[in-house]
Amino acid sequence: MEWEAVIGLEVHAQLSTQAKIFSGAATAYGAAPNTQACAIDLGMPGVLPVLNQEVVVMAIKFGLGVNAQINKHSVFDRKNYFYPDLPKGYQISQFKQPVVGEGYIDIQLDNGEIKRIGITRAHLEEDAGKSLHEDFSGMSGIDLNRAGTPLLEIVSEPHLRSATEAVAYLKTLHALVRYLGICDGNMQEGSFRCDANVSVRPKNQKELGTRAEIKNVNSFRFVEKAINYEIERQIEILENGGKIVQETRLYDSVRNETRSMRGKEEAHDYRYFPDPDLLPLVFDEALIESIRASLPELPEQKRQRFQAQYGLSAYDAIVLIANQDTAAYFEQVVNQGVSAKLATNWIMGDLAAALNKDGLEINQSPISAEQLAELLKRIEDNTISGKIAKTVFEAMWQGKGSADEVIAAQGLKQVTDTSAIEKVIEEVMAANPEQLADYRSGKDKLFGFFVGQVMKLSKGKANPQQVNDLLKTKLHG
Amino acid sequence: MHTKTIAELIQGLRAKEFSSEELTRCYLDRIKSFDKQVNSFVTITEEQAMQAAKQADKRLSDGTAELLTGVPLAQKDIFCTSGVKTSCGSKMLDNFIAPYDATTVERFNKAGMVMLGKTNMDEFAMGSSNETSYYGPVRNPWDLNRVPGGSSGGSAAAVAARLAPAATGTDTGGSIRQPAALCNLTGLKPTYGRVSRYGMIAFASSLDQGGPMTQTAEDAALLMQVMAGFDQKDSTSVDREVPDYSATLNDSIKGLRIGLPKEYFDEGLEPEVAKLIQAAIQEYEKLGATIHEISLPETKLSVPTYYVIAPAECSSNLSRYDGVRFGYRCENPQNLEDLYKRSRGEGFGAEVKRRIMIGTYALSSGYYDAYYLKAQKLRRIVSDDFRKAFAEVDVIMGPTSPSPAFGLGAKSDPISMYLSDIYTIAVNLAGIPAISIPAGFINGLPIGLQIMGNYFNEAKLLNMAHRYQQVTDWHKKIPAGF
Repeated sequence: MEWEAVIGLEVHAQLSTQAKIFSGAATAYGAAPNTQACAIDLGMPGVLPVLNQEVVVMAIKFGLGVNAQINKHSVFDRKNYFYPDLPKGYQISQFKQPVVGEGYIDIQLDNGEIKRIGITRAHLEEDAGKSLHEDFSGMSGIDLNRAGTPLLEIVSEPHLRSATEAVAYLKTLHALVRYLGICDGNMQEGSFRCDANVSVRPKNQKELGTRAEIKNVNSFRFVEKAINYEIERQIEILENGGKIVQETRLYDSVRNETRSMRGKEEAHDYRYFPDPDLLPLVFDEALIESIRASLPELPEQKRQRFQAQYGLSAYDAIVLIANQDTAAYFEQVVNQGVSAKLATNWIMGDLAAALNKDGLEINQSPISAEQLAELLKRIEDNTISGKIAKTVFEAMWQGKGSADEVIAAQGLKQVTDTSAIEKVIEEVMAANPEQLADYRSGKDKLFGFFVGQVMKLSKGKANPQQVNDLLKTKLHG
Repeated sequence: MHTKTIAELIQGLRAKEFSSEELTRCYLDRIKSFDKQVNSFVTITEEQAMQAAKQADKRLSDGTAELLTGVPLAQKDIFCTSGVKTSCGSKMLDNFIAPYDATTVERFNKAGMVMLGKTNMDEFAMGSSNETSYYGPVRNPWDLNRVPGGSSGGSAAAVAARLAPAATGTDTGGSIRQPAALCNLTGLKPTYGRVSRYGMIAFASSLDQGGPMTQTAEDAALLMQVMAGFDQKDSTSVDREVPDYSATLNDSIKGLRIGLPKEYFDEGLEPEVAKLIQAAIQEYEKLGATIHEISLPETKLSVPTYYVIAPAECSSNLSRYDGVRFGYRCENPQNLEDLYKRSRGEGFGAEVKRRIMIGTYALSSGYYDAYYLKAQKLRRIVSDDFRKAFAEVDVIMGPTSPSPAFGLGAKSDPISMYLSDIYTIAVNLAGIPAISIPAGFINGLPIGLQIMGNYFNEAKLLNMAHRYQQVTDWHKKIPAGF
């Protein structure tokens, strides 16, 4: 039987505010345990939450970014459950009336096709703290620094049909929240994390299959692997006549498998009810409009513009716009008069590789956009070949000066002087009389041998096109 | 000194008849002599009090004193006090010392008032008799075998016995007004949102409101002036100008329309209480007010509505007492579940557990619509009763409690205890202000008259109460032996 996977994602995006959602404590990552938790975060008796208005603006930005209905009246609810890292015994969230209603986002599939993914809702909530089970023999440690950190939970419709689509959706969302400046997108630190609801059904069947929820997968690669594993697991069960149990499963990235965490029968009854300590969240159209006016160019708009304005392929455009800084870097290079294709290849190729190797972000690159443009222009005006350019790039990366400085200092300027190249050719011919005789007796394949020898002797500086042309004439005698 | 009202103490301090230190010492001595009988204090802050009094005397002499500087006060043990135990009447918080002051405490401290100590109360403010306290019941100074009312029973008894000139209370379903009535005091429950709830340990967040418990309406106005006002730490506090409560105390009440809801005078009311309330109303007629019979037809809904909403909120509010970060923790927990179960099982008393159970049930999936949601709808219906009534009358009057103070242990059945709140609960559901003032005695036991007003009409209630106290002297009576 042919099976179809049905996937919906819940993404938790940590909003990049200085202070927590309901207290004035700082949200910075990595502080010593429990140094960024005030009486409110600790859930001490008598303390009260006060909403950080900044998160409202961020939620509205997101809603506008996904073409969603913005609810001018929404409500904070309490989600009640006991856990040691949940200080109040309830999490403040939004249940029946979220701030962001239905919307959608367009994603591009590998075949270039655009697919529209529905967004059910997005709501504001506070994060819980962290339980630390290592380093405390027989006990657990609680770090409440994260308690009260603002989150936007973004729930998608079950419109995704494969792990690849799920990742494409996640990447699109990831780019969006960073463009909007509402989330730093750091997946390692947990600023952008995702739960996946996965089910399978026979192709062409309307009703959905029973789903399993995979919790807290913290990289694009693991999302893909976890979903693929889960799809296979479910198909195998169904094909063997079994039934899928509705449950929560945890992805183990080391063993690449999902494991049952808790079943439906153990599911919590969260006893949601409106938080009486907080008034309903109410704002007017004017606020929405002022936020709309302040929005930057969003990834989808930028992708379309890049394709139209620079003649880029959809793939290149998507890679470049995924990060706002990369897109800006690209435009700065192109604005210096470098061709878009050459700029794209270098940014996505050598520059990306070097950044990756040194663990740098593009805005920390030792080679600025202007400096890279200077290098690329030297390729375009034939001062150096593409191959020599890599050597120059390496030297620039190590801080040995600008492209022109490196070229001059290391004498890498391309040789385009015909008589100089002819001189080298003559030397090569004199040094290889046998090969010359063979070539002249019809062994055309040896042409490449001569090109190689000439380039070697010129230390790669001879203009390759000229070498080709001149060799042909000379070899024929 | 101890028989003086706050207004009189202010004059005495200013006229240098006595210093704040002498005054504070007088009350501390009285607490030492009498509180064994009454049990109105959980904590006596003698050292801090004497320190504060000394500071106050300095301010009084160097001209930086505010109106209330140097006047002693008792705080209900529900208000968090930095560095001083705040127990909320519970074993759960017997070891709890807050690192912060409640906004109300902070305001009184800033005004230079001297805190004598923290008063006993029903555990987590759940009770109408002060019998649910971990620290034992409070006794009514008017009859030591009777209850002082609750949950602010310690505050009421302390002021009635003149162990403090005034105290703070909190009122979720009558917890200021009912003990004020049973102990012959003036007790004001302000409009919801008028007084900050920050640092006031939550029972039912949408109903809780702090207020003054005093000897006179004039004193209540003085304390309200400090307590009332917007607090950015409380999202439900209202940013609205605070009137000068003392300035309008003597305003004429001629032509003022008083509504008497017939539902407050039906068979549940003891006839002798009814007689005293009628007599008080006649005084108001003499003062020029007009009397109108009105109806609050949905009054009967208020007790069942309240006993769904308040437990629902408390079941969630009290989840934080889990033995993990502060408060009581059981001995040798075997695992997390054991820690939760025994810490909460041993740390909470029976009434608190009962309400947590009721509230958890009411919020459970499958029951939410039938209980919590329904109760919210009924709450609106009860509020509408008042909205309609205030279109016709300026204030509403009736008894505060259906009977005078009952005997310790007399109401062992929770339902009969809940029903004693019948006249006070609707006010909390609607969020309107109400005051209880002394209106006479039955066999030596005080009776309270309740006056309810429209939203933010505290000044009017204080004015009505004060005018009555100008022509009567019930409020001046002090229990024998104190």
